[in-house]
Amino acid sequence: MWQYIVKRVIGLIPLILVVSFVIFMFIHLIPGDPARLIAGKEATIEEVQEIRVSLGLDKPIIEQYFVYLKDLLTGDLGYSIQSGAPVSELIGERIMPTLGLTFISIIWALVVGILIGVVSAVFRNKWPDHLGMVVAVSGISLPNFWVGLVLIQLFSVQLGWLPTGGADDWKSYLMPSFALGAGIMAMIARFMRSSLMETMKQDYIRTGRAKGLGGNAIVFGHALKNSLIPVVTIAGLQFGFLLGGSVVVETVFSFPGLGRLLIDSIQFRDYPVVQAEILLFSLQFILVNLLVDIVYSFLNPKIRYQ
Amino acid sequence: MSDVQTEIMPEGAVSMKEGKLSNFWKDFRKKKPALISFYFIILLFIITLIGPYIVPYDPAAPDYNKVLESPSLQHLFGTDSFGRDILSRLAVGARISLTVSISAVLLGALVGTFLGLISGFFGKWVDRAIMRVCDVLFAFPDLILAIGIVAILGPGLKNVVIAVAFFSIPSFARIVRSATLETKEMLFVEATRSIGASNKRMIWKHIFPETVPTIIVYFTMKVGTAILAAASLSFLGLGAEPSSPDWGAMLSNSRDYIDSSFHLVFFPGLIIFLTVLAFNLLGDGLRDVLDPKTKD
Repeated sequence: MWQYIVKRVIGLIPLILVVSFVIFMFIHLIPGDPARLIAGKEATIEEVQEIRVSLGLDKPIIEQYFVYLKDLLTGDLGYSIQSGAPVSELIGERIMPTLGLTFISIIWALVVGILIGVVSAVFRNKWPDHLGMVVAVSGISLPNFWVGLVLIQLFSVQLGWLPTGGADDWKSYLMPSFALGAGIMAMIARFMRSSLMETMKQDYIRTGRAKGLGGNAIVFGHALKNSLIPVVTIAGLQFGFLLGGSVVVETVFSFPGLGRLLIDSIQFRDYPVVQAEILLFSLQFILVNLLVDIVYSFLNPKIRYQ
Repeated sequence: MSDVQTEIMPEGAVSMKEGKLSNFWKDFRKKKPALISFYFIILLFIITLIGPYIVPYDPAAPDYNKVLESPSLQHLFGTDSFGRDILSRLAVGARISLTVSISAVLLGALVGTFLGLISGFFGKWVDRAIMRVCDVLFAFPDLILAIGIVAILGPGLKNVVIAVAFFSIPSFARIVRSATLETKEMLFVEATRSIGASNKRMIWKHIFPETVPTIIVYFTMKVGTAILAAASLSFLGLGAEPSSPDWGAMLSNSRDYIDSSFHLVFFPGLIIFLTVLAFNLLGDGLRDVLDPKTKD
């Protein structure tokens, strides 16, 4: 097991290096001189040159990349153009609300998605199945920003039960996490249904039936665990969907998280913050997929020996 | 698909094609949700074409006597903060949303299909190189990649098309690659190789047509994703001009009026939802008929 984990982690190093290089190139890909972009429109030639030297932009690109990598490893993400504060500090303030939001979203999406999937598979082609799949295909097609706005209208404007935004207490997490998790819940429900139906066709299930086990014992005692394996993988892959969605949902609810910071930074052309945020989002995505692979290999030992 | 290849087809090529098409239609017609979605999408396309000529009101002309009116017989979906008719704006905006998302997926599909075909056909280092590039693209969550690209290129619909196309490339490449690998092993491809067909001919004349059903199914589903992504970018202020009747931009503008005029939020969102739903259901139906082995 440990051998497999170490192997997978080492295998990720080249990918992370390439991703960090692509993101490092980000500021060089924006048309125009990066030093001038950072200095602003009113800056004099001397000021621009000063910034160029202080950021090392006068050095060869490869050298700049290694400096960038070294800074990254020491936690130095540069300084915000807008506020002058260290980027790591800005991100530090925002990371917990976003992590909380994504965590709550994925948990409810998994629980409800698996539940709907199991009910649909057990009542295959009967009305609970049809209802479950209507919910699932609608969930995939719903724009999360619209879900957010409809929730605000219903629970904040009409009923006055929940706050329209912020992240002050548990109440302010309810609507954003519902809007964010709905799409993933729907995908999990669909995969859970087909995975469980696939598992129910296996020989060992027939054996279980033959020795007289009832329907519930078969589903919950044998089939469920095995049919969860592909669902875990899908949940991991869809995590990227959640990260992208968090940007939109945080904007709807004025939620003080990383996604909101990203959009604000793009509007202010605060490129160091944008760069650091995109790196952070990708690293999270890569790490979650690593975690999923490890869980997967734990559930399905065959993978480890390939 | 392989069974179609091995069937004996005594008639000419044209009638074979006709036979395939009528078979397809016979199977597809049974998929009711997909069929309804298909008609809905056709209707949307018609609106895209003739919408600007049939809408009851000028979608851009303000009418300050009719600001923020609720839905009524004169204005079925109500009016916005400039007194413009929302139904007319949605009808004209269909052109923007569909053009942006379909051209983005088309661009992504063209590049992705080409990469997938050569990756699967040539294998070895070509395959490894292309797949590593895809791995890097996959390391970025879709919408984050699109936001990053728009941050570099600047806001605007043209850049939204590029951004959405970009994140569609790796998934098309992977899907077409695996379809190519499968087709490459089939007997009829072996046979054409043995009679000395060139690589180019084998790829385009024999392998590519076999991957088309997979591409059509995936394309349809991706259009739904692209509509959502483009609307999200417009909603975030990174896509269409705020004043344009783009569906995402209309929703973004209406946020300020949520407590007084909910119809401003409700109808643009509903039309986005129904359109994406139609593409997803059509994709599901097409998959069941054209490409049943890839089901979930």
